[in-house]
Formats: sequence, structure tokens, C-alpha cells
Amino acid sequence: MKCVFVTVGTTSFDDLIACVSAPDSLQKIESLGYSRLILQIGRGTVVPEPFSTESFTLDVYRYKDSLKEDIQKADLVISHAGAGSCLETLEKGKPLVVVINEKLMNNHQLELAKQLHKEGHLFYCTCSTLPGLLQSMDLSTLKCYPPGQPEKFSAFLDKVVGLQK
Amino acid sequence: MVCVLLAAAAGAVAVFLILRIWVVLHSQDVTPRESLSILVVAGSGGHTTEILRLLGSLSNAYSPRHYVIADTDEMSASKINSFELDRADRDPGNMYTKYYIHRIPRSREVQQSWPSTVFTTLRSMWLSLPLIHQVKPDLVLCNGPGTCVPICVSALLLGILGVKKVIIVYVESICRVETLSLSGKILFHLSDYFIVQWPALKEKYPKSVYLGRIV
Repeated sequence: MKCVFVTVGTTSFDDLIACVSAPDSLQKIESLGYSRLILQIGRGTVVPEPFSTESFTLDVYRYKDSLKEDIQKADLVISHAGAGSCLETLEKGKPLVVVINEKLMNNHQLELAKQLHKEGHLFYCTCSTLPGLLQSMDLSTLKCYPPGQPEKFSAFLDKVVGLQK
Repeated sequence: MVCVLLAAAAGAVAVFLILRIWVVLHSQDVTPRESLSILVVAGSGGHTTEILRLLGSLSNAYSPRHYVIADTDEMSASKINSFELDRADRDPGNMYTKYYIHRIPRSREVQQSWPSTVFTTLRSMWLSLPLIHQVKPDLVLCNGPGTCVPICVSALLLGILGVKKVIIVYVESICRVETLSLSGKILFHLSDYFIVQWPALKEKYPKSVYLGRIV
């Protein structure tokens, strides 16, 4: 049972939730072979009605302590461009589509999405281009994401603050 | 006559302050030590996730740990508590398990207007100063939420007033690939170590520290 997980982290991203839960989007997602859609809506004010039919299930919730489980069982993750959401998904090796929230300050999240896309780790789009992307993308072209190295930070900091080894 | 004296006094104070600011910003203190207290500014959402990843790599010599979060941010509080609990579980024999969570009002809410931001930032400053003065950390670690500007300015003031030199370490968020955040632009000049995670930023800001992706 293939599953799509949509996450907006701790933010509110009504446009994305509305877009992805619109009837034609749901049809499209089902036609692409997915039978389950989970929406993590954060602080959003758009709250789609969950439902379950023979062929398709829609789940909706605001927050969980950890999204690890939902990311783990997803075959595709559609996420806002928050660092936490992106990194958690990429580190689990899941295909990731990032949707840029055009209403944010300076749109700072766009830089990360662009860079990671340049490196071949994800696809990105806006709400309006999401349906088109879902139709045309080839998830097999996505490359594995090498995790960050916080130990370089601790080595650097230990040295400059004078901690004894 | 009184005016001249007052002007001279004001001038002297100004010169003194400028000298102090210059000394504090340019001194990089590397006295050997066995532990240091750390104040960590946790912003909302991803900021907290990133900073906890950084903290996870630090040894227990960085204790006690003081966290500063926005008063409306319960998610960060619970992430911090989980983080510290995990840490204590993994290392039960260690006595350095004390941590504290302090709350201050946000400098700015997402999409808040800029004129009102001036007021809310000043209010945060007003509350950050006593907090920093009470905690007197050895090191302040932050990664970009608005909350960190009043905190870092307060930490700097502690040094300028000769109370304590606080090491200010700023790690720009991994989201910042080509341009600095507003907090980053402000704190680039005020921090002791300014760490960026992408080469384009290192090129633009040669004085920054580049260690690759660290979260």
C-alpha cells in the first residue's frame, strides 16, 4: 500500500494543504498508484476531512512528537521547505518533493530547496506547479543524501574554547 | 562651563565605550579549561532541530546548559526535554546533567510588521539583559531566530561593561546557502565565531568559518 506523507512542520501552510486535498489532486495521487495520503497540518487553518474508502485513505493530524514513523512508512514525502522536515526525510532516504511557501519572509527556504535540487536530492515546486510535477517527475533519478557532520563542529569548538582533550 | 564639562564627560564615556567594544569584539580568549557553561538560544521549528543536532555532538564538558526559548514555544521545550533525557539515559554515571529552560518574549513573530518589530525587539532586550546577567554563561550558541539578537547583544554588553567576556558562537542555518539571515547579518559583526554551512557564503564572508554541512 503506497503512501504519501505531506508535512508542514511546525508552520502553517494552508495553500499546500488545500492544494493537495483538492478532489483533482486526490484523484491524481491515486492514479499514480498511492492508496494512502497522510496530512500533517501543523498550525494551519485548513483542516480537510479525513476519510477512508476501499481504495484510498486520507489521514489528517496537526502534530506528533516525532514524524519519524510517518516518514519511514511513506513512499513519497511532500514537504514545506523547512530544514528539519527536509533533512529528516533525506536522511531516511525517502523521495522528497519540496513545496515553497511563497508567503514567507525573503522566502529564505527557497535557497535550501534549490541547492539540494541542484545536488539531485529532491524536486521542488510551488503549490500551483505541484500537480504538474507529481505527474512528470521520475523519483528514480534522485540521489542519496550524505548526512551532515556535527562532529566537525564539536572538534572546532573544543579547540577554540580551550577544552582539554 | 558646565556644558563644556558635560560634553567632555560624554565624550570620554563614548571613547571608553568604543574602546571596550573594540577590545571585546577582537579578543579571542583561549584559556584552557575543563568545562564551560553554555547558553543556547532555541528558535522555533527547524532552528531548534538544528541546534540540538549541534549540541548532540558536544561533550558533557559543556555544562550546565541553559536554554532560552520564546515564551510561546512549547514544541521547543518538549524537544529540549527529550534531548536532555536521551542524553542522561546514554550517560547515567555523569554528574553534569543539569539543564535549565528560560523563556523570553519573541523578538518577532513570523510575518510581523517591521515597525512593531522594533518595539518587540526592545522589549526582548529589556528582558534578556537580566537573564544574561544572572546566568553569566561562558558561551552563547545560536543559529538565527530573532530571539538570539537581544540575547547576543546582552552577552556583548556583559563584556563591554567588564562583567564577563562571553564567547558568542553563531551557526547560520543550513537553509542559508547564498545569503545570510537578518540575524546573521547583524551578528556577523558581533559574534566571536560565525559559522556558515555552504561554500558560497564562505566566499562572500571570508571571515566566517566554514566546516561543511554540520547538521
